[in-house]
Amino acid sequence: MRAFEYARPTSVDDAVRLVAERPDAGFIAGGTDLLNLMKDGARAHDCLIDVNALPLADVVERDGVVRIGALARMREVAEHPAVRRAAPVVSEALLNSASPQVRNMAAIGGNLLQRTRCGYFRDVGSPCNKRVPGSGCPALEGQNRAHAILGVSDQCIAVHPSDLAVSLLAVDATVLTQSPARARRIPMGEFHVAPGATPDRENALGHGELIVGVEIPITPMAATSRYLKLRDRATFEFAVVAVAAALEMNGNVVRDVRLTFGGIATKPWRSPEAEAALRGRPLTGATIAAAGQALVRGAVTREHNAFKADLVQRALDGHLRDLAGVQ
Amino acid sequence: MDITLKVNGTEHQLTVEPRVTLLDALRERLDLTGTKKGCDRGECGACTVLADDRRIKSCLTLAVMHEDSAITTVEGLAPEGGLHPVQSAFIRRDAFQCGGCTPGQIMSAVACIEEGHTGSADEIREWMSGNLCRCACYANIVVAVQDAAQEVHR
Repeated sequence: MRAFEYARPTSVDDAVRLVAERPDAGFIAGGTDLLNLMKDGARAHDCLIDVNALPLADVVERDGVVRIGALARMREVAEHPAVRRAAPVVSEALLNSASPQVRNMAAIGGNLLQRTRCGYFRDVGSPCNKRVPGSGCPALEGQNRAHAILGVSDQCIAVHPSDLAVSLLAVDATVLTQSPARARRIPMGEFHVAPGATPDRENALGHGELIVGVEIPITPMAATSRYLKLRDRATFEFAVVAVAAALEMNGNVVRDVRLTFGGIATKPWRSPEAEAALRGRPLTGATIAAAGQALVRGAVTREHNAFKADLVQRALDGHLRDLAGVQ
Repeated sequence: MDITLKVNGTEHQLTVEPRVTLLDALRERLDLTGTKKGCDRGECGACTVLADDRRIKSCLTLAVMHEDSAITTVEGLAPEGGLHPVQSAFIRRDAFQCGGCTPGQIMSAVACIEEGHTGSADEIREWMSGNLCRCACYANIVVAVQDAAQEVHR
């Protein structure tokens, strides 16, 4: 790891100013992804601003929202009664992420900013448009079994790895940020961006802008939300396919639904088309199948990842049946 | 940077570069080589220690970030010459071969038991999943954790 300077400010104002004034400075919270990237040479900072002394670790429920401080650890959030009550999908997504040790370390803000596990991105011996813009993408014709089929471009097909982000998107969460100039509220659906022609840009944050918290609105639909994660081994692994679903039924008719997906897309993926195929209709094998087909209609598959288009439809079918208690 | 690390109840003053991981500070500066360096990427769990009684991977954090933590390594689990119930159970149940992952397994098991995640063999497997064993002693590790949990919770 290359040498860097280090500071541990105690106020948000100081922290964002210290990063904003140096182009190669960065924030460190849990460090569980950042330090690996720096050891591998996939990312370099000449200065790290440790945000762990900032007062951003609380989880509180008030005024119809659960507000999660950016420094709350994955374990605290997964176990928190207010989170489990208001948005079980978030708790389940966290408990199905990483390992118990990392869940004690990794902060909620950093989880949303973790980088893709694409092997070409993390191997500095490979070209990668995300790491070195314009250098190329070996995944397009290479080892792409783990890669995305939705939200892809001819520059990048790397999957966004965060289970938490997929779950927050399903419950209409908002990301709260602070920069030297202003505070912002960014809806989860606008926080992450697809690669397009600029795969090095993954989210709406500016340099020196810090995530200070996440807000989950308390709704009946979010309270019945669930997470399904399919992976190559039973635990401690990233998703091959993941489905977050929030469902509100009226008898056997779907009153409202949110469907978001992980493992298949370049950003946490919501499918308004799949939701529309179910909303106002009875939940049956036929309507679920129509939703699955709507989800993958725009999919672009490659040599090794075409199976994901089938697998995600079967995952959606099983998950919705479980959630609604229908056979 | 001049920092103070509290490890196994003793305060140590040392000077480290910010880039030194907690793992390297423990092993290379404080000669606490019980904590092992396996993958150095947070995947194997050999470097597991307790920070304020919570298990963490010491390769994924910087020493300078732990001035306020009380660190426990495998050397500090039991008084000199004694064994923690988890250590005894690992010996009794033959829960290792080469021993490379064992300090991390033991530290993780101590926390797993403290957290209450030992209700069944499946629960232990899930909550010990952050620790890999290259010799695949998993069957005996699960039994050792069950044994130790009974003793600790008795």
